[in-house]
Amino acid sequence: MTDVKERVETPTPPELPKLGLLGWLRWTWRQLTSMKTALVLLFLLALGAVPGSLIPQTGIDPVKVADFFEAHPKLGPFYDKLGMFDVYKSPWFSAIYLLLFISLIGCVVPRLQVYLKALRARPPKPPRNLNRLPGYQSFEPAAEDDVLELAARELRRRRFRVELYDGAVAAERGYLREAGNLLFHFSLILALVGAAWGALFGYRGTVLVVVGNGFSNSVAQYDDFSPGRAFTPDDLPPFALTVKGFTAKFQMDGPQRGAATEFNAPITYQETPDSPERSYDLRVNHPLKVDGTSVHLLGHGYAPRVTVRDGKGEVAFSGPVPFLPQDGNFSSFGVIKAPDARPEQLGFEGYFLPTAVIDERGPISVFPDAANPVLAMTGYYGRPAVETGKPQSVYQLDKNKLTQFGDGKGDKLRFQLAPGQNYTLPDGRGSITFDSYDRWVKLQISHTPGLNLALVGISLAILGLMGSLFIHPRRTWVRVRTQDGRTVVEVAGLDRGPERGLGDEIQAIADALKPELKPDLKPAEQPEKPKQEQP
Amino acid sequence: MSPETYAEISNLVIPTATVIYAIAMMSHALEWAMGRSVEVTAKSEVLVASSSGGDVEVPAAGTSVADRSGRMEAASRIGLLLTWLGFLLHLAGVVTRGLAAGRVPWGNMYEFSITASLAVAIVYLVFVHRYKLQWLGLGVTLVVAAVLGLATLALYTPAGPLVPALHSYWLVIHVAAAAISGGAFTIGGLVSILYLVKARAEKRVLDGGTMSASLKRLPSAEAMDGTAYKVLAFAFPLWTFGVLVAGPIWAEYAWGRYWGWDPKEVWSLVTWVVYAAYLHARATAGWRGRRAATIAIVGWFVFIFNFVGVNLLVSGLHSYAGV
Repeated sequence: MTDVKERVETPTPPELPKLGLLGWLRWTWRQLTSMKTALVLLFLLALGAVPGSLIPQTGIDPVKVADFFEAHPKLGPFYDKLGMFDVYKSPWFSAIYLLLFISLIGCVVPRLQVYLKALRARPPKPPRNLNRLPGYQSFEPAAEDDVLELAARELRRRRFRVELYDGAVAAERGYLREAGNLLFHFSLILALVGAAWGALFGYRGTVLVVVGNGFSNSVAQYDDFSPGRAFTPDDLPPFALTVKGFTAKFQMDGPQRGAATEFNAPITYQETPDSPERSYDLRVNHPLKVDGTSVHLLGHGYAPRVTVRDGKGEVAFSGPVPFLPQDGNFSSFGVIKAPDARPEQLGFEGYFLPTAVIDERGPISVFPDAANPVLAMTGYYGRPAVETGKPQSVYQLDKNKLTQFGDGKGDKLRFQLAPGQNYTLPDGRGSITFDSYDRWVKLQISHTPGLNLALVGISLAILGLMGSLFIHPRRTWVRVRTQDGRTVVEVAGLDRGPERGLGDEIQAIADALKPELKPDLKPAEQPEKPKQEQP
Repeated sequence: MSPETYAEISNLVIPTATVIYAIAMMSHALEWAMGRSVEVTAKSEVLVASSSGGDVEVPAAGTSVADRSGRMEAASRIGLLLTWLGFLLHLAGVVTRGLAAGRVPWGNMYEFSITASLAVAIVYLVFVHRYKLQWLGLGVTLVVAAVLGLATLALYTPAGPLVPALHSYWLVIHVAAAAISGGAFTIGGLVSILYLVKARAEKRVLDGGTMSASLKRLPSAEAMDGTAYKVLAFAFPLWTFGVLVAGPIWAEYAWGRYWGWDPKEVWSLVTWVVYAAYLHARATAGWRGRRAATIAIVGWFVFIFNFVGVNLLVSGLHSYAGV
């Protein structure tokens, strides 16, 4: 970014009164593109990113956001107004990075012009007092004429760009540092464009599929779907897949007992409705790529298969119901709804426990694999609901107008079922059978265009960064002058950035010039260290 | 040897290394303590010491001071020697841990701690002769011993296989890059802290005050500023690669999005931004020196928070094996 030094030195205050609109605009532009502003914006970006990691985010975990609202009824709405639940899409966060982006462009574009000019410039003439430079050597040569020629050759060998002046050689090295610097900043812009592209035109959605069932890629099939602003449903490639099975392996012993070691969901898929069916093993870190779209295996769980019969003995519900895991041992919570049960509708909620153990705390699961599956439920009944068309969560039971079954002893009814077992509800209201269980997998389908652009951008940025950090510009001068009737050769150098062996190189250059000229004098004429003599 | 034997060796060697680092730290602490009482007043002596890059200058004040200086030097050497010994054991502990688990030894927080602290030791020992970093011994041994001690006492997890999300060679690349740059951030942070101390002492001397011999043994503030810059300039591109290239590529494989504002990602970006600011600050008039050093220290704290705080306080996708 623009070096602030030069800017600071140009005095503007006297012109202030007659700045005018254009002047103000120019002033604002200069302020915005100055390095100090860029620094402040960088800090603001860092600071602004922090709350998003501490406060739950709608884009990451909407359930936690809802919990937060419940737990902090006053703070919640206040945070909401500040955009704290969606920090990375909030206007103020966008403002910071847009300003930074503009500042970045405003910095590097003029700098590119400066650099192109500097590339053609000749290494500058030596300053008057070479001995004030951080690296300095002087000695007496034997013959005057050859020194500069020799120096030019030596400096070229050391990859300096060399320019001959009258009585002096000027050399400069490390032009690529600024090229690296510019490459870094321009590539960063490229990477950000790639990221913005993906955010605008990409999409991401998840769907829960019970093993044996299928999914075809259309918006209606998703459980949740977050498209970019420029996304249109036509962008969805028309593939379809069927989940054929799911296996999970767990650690059977040791301290990490129960930790998963392997997931695998074999699937079949078709790229388009007409294309041939292919199979694929969907695993973690092993996504399926179809037509630029990725399918990831994100999670898994159990779906108990139940049959609910109503008071009339009719089947009111039958099929697998996905339960959501609540802990590492997959104690899974879920609800079973039978709104069509008559004379009264029925509903159940409770836990599926893959490896159930019943102790004083009640039934719990002690292992994530299904070694001893048990369905531990409670039931509700009520008048048939009026069809409102209002969407209802499949994971929550609206208990507003429902009554919980009692166990006849004043307690609430609780019952446990092993696969194949049946429970008859009190008062002839029906029965529920735990037929068996299925597994479900949570799939994520996503498409991020601009991904490669971002990757190329950030990779080039690193390349440029390394150039700008590890290439060290150095200027060196060799001058021959007469002092008190003697001829003196001076070798001096100047580094940009911290000291990196400048003295060693100046010494080496001086040594290269010395021996051929006056080899016998070399040991006597030990180089002085001017640095220590400086006041 | 069986994995169990390797695990036993690792569990034996890591605490031993911790103790040896701690003894090395005491040796360095002794070195500092001995130099506290010896004060330097003459302004010229400070300047001579600074230009020689941290070599021990024997003040002409008297033989007792010279003796003391020799003893300080001895304590420093013993400290470095013990650090090497601790490092070798530490290395053995990390390697056997990897052999016990049958994979790279950074699959959970305990393992990351022992590996990241090993990275600190490596970065220090690699640079110690090149940049004459002996004066950093106290800080390095303190940090490494503390991290190892904490890991052994609070974070220990027996060796075991990985959760499926970690089954990827990106684990090797991503975490190794993060650990090594983290080691360099730590060195950069320690140097910057000492820079602030030394810069203050130099200013005091210019105002006619005194400087203790332990501070005098440090290189000039300017040289330390340069050292911090070199170490951080090495770390920054590596960190960029680790968290902005390797991390996102892996995240795209594992989670289907290369950037998702997971707390760990956020704090990695914050770390990146702070160090980017550091590099810019050094190129900006008025921010060089003290302010740049402060930014480097803030960056180090942010890194540590990302490594410890995010795992313990915030839940996110980067939580494995309990933490």
